[in-house]
Amino acid sequence: MADQTVDAKGLNCPLPILRAKKALQTVGAGGTIEVLATDPGSVKDFQAFCRTTGNELVESSTEGNVFRFVLRKTG
Amino acid sequence: MAETGSERRAKRMSIIVTKGTLDWAYPPFILATTAAAMGLDVTMFFTFYGLPLLLKKLDLQLSPLGNPAMKMPMAGMHLGMPNIASMIPGVDAAASAMMNNLMRKKGVATIEDLRGLAVESGVRMIACQMTMDLFDYTLKDMIEGPELGGAASYIDVATQSEINLFI
Repeated sequence: MADQTVDAKGLNCPLPILRAKKALQTVGAGGTIEVLATDPGSVKDFQAFCRTTGNELVESSTEGNVFRFVLRKTG
Repeated sequence: MAETGSERRAKRMSIIVTKGTLDWAYPPFILATTAAAMGLDVTMFFTFYGLPLLLKKLDLQLSPLGNPAMKMPMAGMHLGMPNIASMIPGVDAAASAMMNNLMRKKGVATIEDLRGLAVESGVRMIACQMTMDLFDYTLKDMIEGPELGGAASYIDVATQSEINLFI
């Protein structure tokens, strides 16, 4: 289980990323967060976010119309 | 983040914000908040019609006038508005209300929210001194945070930034 879950369902760009960033600030290094989103653009955006910030995208999956991301804080 | 534990400084981005309509207010604030979330140091320089985006109370409007690309989803279609309709009093206000409605429905943040998030995440904001004088504004009219500066202040930031945008 992730240390924290961010429910960003129904929110549009850039809010899922901004909410995720906020949550990452509250977990320690090595901690994980789970983000739930319905914005289809978030799939590419979480890849890009992790590439730039160095955080690890542990999981990116889809259930119905909900996208689920698990991020591990590396920095 | 990516820069932690190394000598390298965070990447930097600057944005010149020149437009203050409801639609054009979005790109600078979306990019500024996202870049800040991705670890960049961000500076926004507000000049001319972008300057009122720093006012405490926002009442942003847009106009379909001269904007044939603006087509709103209505009754299963995408409808534009002929320029002449925009000249009728109240039409711009109606179009603005329609856009605000649409944005709320689609989960798009308000400009007030994005601006607050930008301030919160440490985005540096410079209000163009010349525009302040020109339109008779003082820092008291503005939200907490912006500093005053001119073209040289911006160029100083821009020469040290990897990304420089004019919006």
